[in-house]
Amino acid sequence: MSVAPRHRLWLLGAVLLIASGLFLVWGLRAPYGFILGLRVTKVAALLLVGASVGAATVMFQTVAHNRLLTPGIVGFDALFVLLQTTLVIMLGGVGYVSLPQIPKFLIESLTLTAAAVALFSLVLRRGADDMTRLVLTGVIFGILMRGLTGFMQRILDPSEFAVVQQATYATFGAVDPLQLSIAAPLFAIVLALSIRIGPSLDVAALGRTQSLSLGVDHDRLVLLVLTLISLLIAVATALAGPITFLGLLAASLAAASIGTYRHRILIPAAAAVGALILVFGQFVFERLLGFQSTLAVIVEFLGGLLFLFLVLKRRPT
Amino acid sequence: MIRIASLDLHRDGQPILQDVTARIPPTGLTAIIGPNGAGKSTLLHCIAGLLVPHAGKVMIGDDDIATLKPQDRAHRVALLTQSPAIVPRLSVRDLVAFGRWPHHRGRPKQQDHDQVDEALALFDLNDLEHRKLDSLSGGQRQRAFVAMAYAQSTPWMLLDEPLAALDPRYARDIMERLHNLSRPGPDSRSVVIVLHDLGMAARYADWIVSLKDGQLVHSAPREQAMTTENLSALFDTGLAVQTVGGKSIVIPV
Repeated sequence: MSVAPRHRLWLLGAVLLIASGLFLVWGLRAPYGFILGLRVTKVAALLLVGASVGAATVMFQTVAHNRLLTPGIVGFDALFVLLQTTLVIMLGGVGYVSLPQIPKFLIESLTLTAAAVALFSLVLRRGADDMTRLVLTGVIFGILMRGLTGFMQRILDPSEFAVVQQATYATFGAVDPLQLSIAAPLFAIVLALSIRIGPSLDVAALGRTQSLSLGVDHDRLVLLVLTLISLLIAVATALAGPITFLGLLAASLAAASIGTYRHRILIPAAAAVGALILVFGQFVFERLLGFQSTLAVIVEFLGGLLFLFLVLKRRPT
Repeated sequence: MIRIASLDLHRDGQPILQDVTARIPPTGLTAIIGPNGAGKSTLLHCIAGLLVPHAGKVMIGDDDIATLKPQDRAHRVALLTQSPAIVPRLSVRDLVAFGRWPHHRGRPKQQDHDQVDEALALFDLNDLEHRKLDSLSGGQRQRAFVAMAYAQSTPWMLLDEPLAALDPRYARDIMERLHNLSRPGPDSRSVVIVLHDLGMAARYADWIVSLKDGQLVHSAPREQAMTTENLSALFDTGLAVQTVGGKSIVIPV
């Protein structure tokens, strides 16, 4: 007997809840209050980042009409690393580390969102159907920014370079609770809006011309969706650092496990799967294996493998 | 009635449509024919209001299609594009239900479900309604897309080469259904269809709009437009129109 997609979503939510609970209480020792406080911050960051990246990727894949793409492909990661490197060069390693966390987080989020919206608007002036152009422009921008970052990193001294390295790997251990308190309501609003426009995204998946013919203002919808994606990814990246392939893992697993094309279910499902990957992964790493290694490295590795698998299994059209 | 007046459209400096003036009668099946690159699909997209011409206009009834809002336009014309995207995990019923989107904007009512049932029945899709699109044959899938356009309940149905890549059995099946749909009756629709298959145009069309190099050649009843001389001149090759068993056929000579 097949389970309805809505019920599968609830099931996914329950599994996520259990995983989060396990992460919080497994091996909890005195002083309970202090350790629990740290764990709550960490699990909240994991949930927020995973859910943001998962939801954003599903929407990006729909407007791009491509199940292999992630928002990272339009140069988000490269811009984030460039931003960090520039800050270290301008302020020095010590100056960078002593930056107040909240303004830094807000500036990073705003810069990333503004850059993404500017890129989208620039490219989409020729029509929102030109996703290939958008993606290629993003890739070229990414290469340019990585080149510039590489050059800038060469002029850093080793200790400052270590600061940049530390800042540009996705980590969940050093998230400020205040950052979370700003990011969480923003995420909730963006996610609610994304779910609300879900039915329009269902129609948009038929392609620009077909959805225009069905009365959807496709260009406006795409611009709105890209803005929402920019916000989600900017917040996630500014909070924890870039994880390129997490979205691909979350979107692919959500689509396979939920079995529907409806975005009202698919978006929260991808958000739940993204969060589950991070929470469960970090739980296994920290609690069961006792590693302190960066989970992001494993997520990137598995995501990269999935990407290759999806590319290779694709039938020529 | 659709009136096309002095339509001009160019792309990257190249003229695609040049001073096209034509009319399409409000009843029956109209075929847009012409050689490759003649501007047939572009003309159809202009009629649907999805391409805005650089000069001229398309009037549907008393309205200039370019001035209508997307939602109002979707109540007047239903366009089926040449290669619509196949959404994974989408069932036939879900696809046909998309046709009702302009009417409910995401909140379907009983009337919308009834219209979907009617479209499924009309195109013999009841047995396939729960099948996923990517598991269907090309002919079945195309039938589902045409049913979606029908479910949109617009007076005009515009179809861009719906027979492409279909074998003769499926192509004929689709044309029979569209032809029947365009006959006068309570649920009758005006059908405008871009066709490459001249045999199908000769067999089923009531009105012909023919284009060559972006210019109108004929906008006339089929009997006048599809003659041996006209078709041979249109396609720059020998084509003969003959009658077999009371039906017109086109053969290369």
